[in-house]
Amino acid sequence: MDLGEINPVLLVASLMVAATPLLLAAIGELVVEKAGVLNLGVEGMMIVGAISGFAISVETGSPWLGFIASAIGGAVLSLLFVLLTQVALANQVASGLALTLFGLGFSALLGQSYVGVKPPSMGDIHIPLISDIPVIGPIFFQHDPILYVGIALTAGVWATLKYTRVGLILRAVGENHDAAHALGYKVIKIRIMAILFGGACAGLGGAYISLIRVPQWTEGMTAGVGWIALALVVFASWKPWRALLGAYLFGGITVLQLNLQAAGVAIPVEYLAMSPYIITILVLVILSADKSSAPASLGRIFHASH
Amino acid sequence: MKFTTLLASAAMALGLASGAMAADDKTKVGFVYVGPVGDGGWTYEHNKGRLAVEEEFGDKVETVFVESVPEGPDAERVMTQMALEGADLIFTTSFGYMDPTINVAKKFPNVKFEHATGYKTADNVAVYSARFYEGRAVQGHIAGKMTKSNIIGYIGSYPIPEVIRGINSAYLHAKKVNPDVEFKIVWAYTWFDPAKEADAATVLIEQGADVILQHTDSTAPQAAAQEAGNVVTFGQASDMSEYAPFPRVSSIIDDWAPYYIARTKAVMDGTWESANTWDGIREGMVAIGEISDAVPADVKEEALALKAAMAAGEYHPFTGPIKKQDGSDWLAEGEVADDGTLAGMNFYIEGLEGEIPQ
Repeated sequence: MDLGEINPVLLVASLMVAATPLLLAAIGELVVEKAGVLNLGVEGMMIVGAISGFAISVETGSPWLGFIASAIGGAVLSLLFVLLTQVALANQVASGLALTLFGLGFSALLGQSYVGVKPPSMGDIHIPLISDIPVIGPIFFQHDPILYVGIALTAGVWATLKYTRVGLILRAVGENHDAAHALGYKVIKIRIMAILFGGACAGLGGAYISLIRVPQWTEGMTAGVGWIALALVVFASWKPWRALLGAYLFGGITVLQLNLQAAGVAIPVEYLAMSPYIITILVLVILSADKSSAPASLGRIFHASH
Repeated sequence: MKFTTLLASAAMALGLASGAMAADDKTKVGFVYVGPVGDGGWTYEHNKGRLAVEEEFGDKVETVFVESVPEGPDAERVMTQMALEGADLIFTTSFGYMDPTINVAKKFPNVKFEHATGYKTADNVAVYSARFYEGRAVQGHIAGKMTKSNIIGYIGSYPIPEVIRGINSAYLHAKKVNPDVEFKIVWAYTWFDPAKEADAATVLIEQGADVILQHTDSTAPQAAAQEAGNVVTFGQASDMSEYAPFPRVSSIIDDWAPYYIARTKAVMDGTWESANTWDGIREGMVAIGEISDAVPADVKEEALALKAAMAAGEYHPFTGPIKKQDGSDWLAEGEVADDGTLAGMNFYIEGLEGEIPQ
């Protein structure tokens, strides 16, 4: 056992990378749920984002175009959910599950010819001067751009929900869609926008796995991150900064436990392997001891005639 | 239980009534996979075996498969479904399907089951596996020669005998050519999770490993090594040649096709019997993928000689003297490990650090 072999700077840097796909997907889903829609199709939208981003960046040679394509891919898939739940008024849970199953199969089909291909690398941003500061530089200022997009998105969603009129309307729709409708807000339209935003974020998260974290395409490569993102939104009490905390905690402990294993720490591996789930849930449950609860209309179907 | 028996008998009655003629001239073979067929590793090779069966028998056979089946109760459901749909022979291709296979086999005495890498058999359950540890010996040799930092990272999946055997075999042969070598082992607790496998590889690389051996199914560790630039890897279960010549310098390839064809034939002929098959390099179930030019010529030659010795049956990777991790004797000078001990191997050999999770 030699803890000295773990480099804390590299550890923190890699935990941020491990957390980003989760964060992106969770922030998207948070907005969707704030609007009163429960979309269980996060996993499906992520994997479709992963392959569309991968395919486009391989074909064009530009990771940026890839990420844009992944957001579009995720959003397009979420259109299917829109069609089912907002137009046909189908059950949201069933539709979300269907979306995941469909996404997993469809992405495998799309990805047939991309197995074993190496994507173009995005490269890290090296901001002159500040990225050279010891310790702080490698931790905060030497990452790929999408990681910063994730953090910026969290801040943006938080500010929008809390301080803007748009955010207020979105929350009103999620809390009481009948009242919002009575006030003249277009409930369905607002929800569709939220679902599309959620799809785009999930797609970005998926592409982060296939283009940066792994980077390659393999069938089913998101391997359950979408489900963890869903749980994270609940445990984070629908608050953006807590979702960020939860994602970093989860990513951090995942990476830390691998580091501890490699350094030969004498803690049974089973405990290490389950620690990310347990610690993240514990911390977020303790935080949510205040009176924060789910949007009141979450998962309920809206129709103007009701 | 009653409900399933009812279902089973109903299905059988239906099968007898409607499909007697059709069922008889087509043998239906089912495959249960733990990962997706596109994983580029373990499941990919099993699926190649399935395709070989189709090619061999053409119209006389019908194959079905279900991929990404979790190890546990879900697997039982999938197997039951296959048996109800009239499968004559079902291959369950992961260690964790052991008990589900035995359970389902009890309910369908007329269906033959084949479970990969397990050890529980029944009248209608055979087990089969490959002596991957022979391939690990070759890997260990190359790894010991190639490492400059003397740290070799090993990504384990689950602490089961098959994986532990691989670690021991690789370590033994790396140590033989490089006494300073040290193994760092990380248990991923998954067969297939590219993101986690990539994380594990990155962690090992950050802690100084310049050779990564993996016992997980995807090519993600290869990608992580490629990103790092100076890290050597080996293909696992499949050739993974898309990462050759570097970082992937060689590989262990599982070739299930001859076995699957032979067993399907046995079912067709009515000669199928429960058996315990454990084949290695000699029988061709384990192949060593091409050793790339990134490996120095003399090392390549030694590795090929080692492979040839195992193919000829002259050399067994576990030949004494070997001590266990706690320093007690396991094999005396010249003694060769018996299959029983190997099949249930649950200890590290001397020199390996850390404990096996229990």
